[in-house]
Amino acid sequence: MAGPKLKPEELASKIKYNLPPNGWMDQPVEFREGTFNYSGNPKNVEYLQLPNPRKWQPTDPDWQLPENWKEIILEGLRDRLHRFRSLQIFMDICVRCGACADKCHFFIGSGDPKNMPVMRAELLRAVYRKDFTLAGKIFGKYAGARELTLDVVKEWFYYFYQCTQCRRCSVFCPYGIDTAEITLLVRELLSLIGVNIDWIVTPVANSFRTGNHLGIQPHGFKDSIDFAVDELESITGVKVEAPINKKGAEILFITPSADYFGSPHYYTLLGYLALFHEIGLDYTWSTYASEGGNFGSFLSHDMMKSLNAKMYAEARRLGVKWILGGECGHMWRVVHQYMNTLNGPADFLEEPVSPVTGTKFGNARSTKMVHICEFTADLIKNGKIKLDKSRNDNRRVTFHDSCNPARALGLIEEPRFIIRNACNNFFEMPENTIKEQTFCCGSGAGLGTDENLEMRMRGGLPRANAVKFVKEKHGVNFLGCICAIDKATLPPLMEYWVGGVDVGGVHELVGNALIMKGEKERTTDLRGDPLHIEGNRHV
Amino acid sequence: MVYSVKASLQEILLRKKTSIVDKWVQRFLSYYPSESMKFLSSQKDRFANPVGYTISSSAGAIFDELVGDGDFLVTELLLKDVVRIRAVQEFLPSQAIRFVFDLKEIMRSEIEKEAREKGWRDEFSEVESRIDGLALIAFDSYMESREKLFKIRIDEVKARSFQTIVASGAGINNREKRNGD
Ligand code: SF4
Ligand code: SF4
Repeated sequence: MAGPKLKPEELASKIKYNLPPNGWMDQPVEFREGTFNYSGNPKNVEYLQLPNPRKWQPTDPDWQLPENWKEIILEGLRDRLHRFRSLQIFMDICVRCGACADKCHFFIGSGDPKNMPVMRAELLRAVYRKDFTLAGKIFGKYAGARELTLDVVKEWFYYFYQCTQCRRCSVFCPYGIDTAEITLLVRELLSLIGVNIDWIVTPVANSFRTGNHLGIQPHGFKDSIDFAVDELESITGVKVEAPINKKGAEILFITPSADYFGSPHYYTLLGYLALFHEIGLDYTWSTYASEGGNFGSFLSHDMMKSLNAKMYAEARRLGVKWILGGECGHMWRVVHQYMNTLNGPADFLEEPVSPVTGTKFGNARSTKMVHICEFTADLIKNGKIKLDKSRNDNRRVTFHDSCNPARALGLIEEPRFIIRNACNNFFEMPENTIKEQTFCCGSGAGLGTDENLEMRMRGGLPRANAVKFVKEKHGVNFLGCICAIDKATLPPLMEYWVGGVDVGGVHELVGNALIMKGEKERTTDLRGDPLHIEGNRHV
Repeated sequence: MVYSVKASLQEILLRKKTSIVDKWVQRFLSYYPSESMKFLSSQKDRFANPVGYTISSSAGAIFDELVGDGDFLVTELLLKDVVRIRAVQEFLPSQAIRFVFDLKEIMRSEIEKEAREKGWRDEFSEVESRIDGLALIAFDSYMESREKLFKIRIDEVKARSFQTIVASGAGINNREKRNGD
């Protein structure tokens, strides 16, 4: 751990732990290992044609910014205030009521006041006041205005990459101020002078190049899916089809790439494959729309738009009727909140109708994209699939509402309905930690890197704390969720704070419980763990 | 090591428990910036404020065991929960566990007068030794948390480099590796 070396007596007497009450503007940030993200790889910055590619790190004293960096940012801000009415409003209407102040998981877990959403936004607002309001121009600091300096840029980088764009704060704001939007805009401004992080730039570049975050090429993608098909056969005895790039299929299925290369995501992939086979779905995978995730939405509107467009371009190329989307988080925010103005409406597709139940998904009339939980819940409701709940009896399940599906899409009841139909043991976490009020995993929006682990643990504390509670009260040992970032980052969070809780997708539970025609007697779940045995038979 | 605190000292400490524990909790929270301290000490909902709740719900039980004669059975668990939080926050190691030592000063100032009147020196030093015992537990817990953090980080790096191999098409789909075991 970095930090000044002090003698014990100095420690005891000299350290001032409290920030001066009004002196927040004068506290420069300190980049401590474990609490920030590394900079974007210049190769990929260049690939994305973003400005100022170079080797640098946040800990460097000189960030090698372009000479006119200040001008670029202020001009960028002026342009965005003009283009995004919401930004102008967010800058002007906050009444500092404080309703959002204690709602951010990073504030709750760190106790750092600059993680209060109102303070986070204030970091931009103070600069806005200085250069874009009369009072700020005249009264400066006394009107809460602040000169844009290099220290401010560093502070922006630190705190706007300490916001997971989860939007919990906006639920409590009487004016609906969306700090996530402010975060995206500041990241966009930073990107204009070449200040990016690698965990966004590299996955975005890979997505442009091969269609997915890891840069997996079509043959690699096919190998992964084929392997999953084989593995599913060895568990269930049923050989399923998994069509790839099949022109004229009715439905295009898009899911995060982690589902086919990450663990525990992979077991959810097995669940999808089993389900699609069982209902005889006419669908296809795409090797280019091989990523649901849109890390562009963590960086800028332009990047978000391009990555979103690729899904629809693939739908057009393959000639499908509509798109079914997997267990992804922010993909749904982009589709639901931005798609129409970015690339839509997707008029060349048809209004989605379930080919199995005939249900029309009117809510997806414009985007033409249905969430797999809506789709599966509809199958269950119409009695179209058979589920043996007891096959999940080794699981005592709770459900983490992933931020984006819950708050951006309003997908609250469907996953719960599915879990209740696929498992016997389901326990909710306390009400103020779930549904619209769900606590973030602490690692979304590009923050899920190993170098940022300490910060992630702070941000994830409120979520983990609620899981620990249901673990102690109900013996919960499985944390279900419907987001790839959750599946990647909740396991370490559980390991640090809770212990003994596995993380997995809702469709993993569906895959376990699904009774398939022609299947052999299942002895293990999709993870290869033995099923709950009672009296020597599977119950 | 188990020390016995003379019964009457024990009695006074227990009588002053509320005041000592309150001060201890407040001191613990005073290491956070002042804007946050108000929230950390006033929000009582355990889910809205896990940091404040963890310290305020543990402090009393830790105090009871400390003043008692027995082993630190409950204390060990509670202290671990508290230190696990400090170990990932903006503190140097010494700052992270300093709150344990604060208890000495707080207790001393609370019972100072009576202790002087009654000529308790040795008895109080027994209590202080027990606080040193707490500090050792806190130190172990701190290291345990940090080591876990490092292990998690190593596991993530390993998993990522395996994924890169998968992505390059070289080592496709070895389930054992995928599971990291
Ligand atoms: S969007 Fe989430 S992470 Fe960002 S300030 Fe609001 S609550 Fe915090
Ligand atoms: S809740 Fe809304 S209006 Fe109130 S301080 Fe927060 S952002 Fe400002």
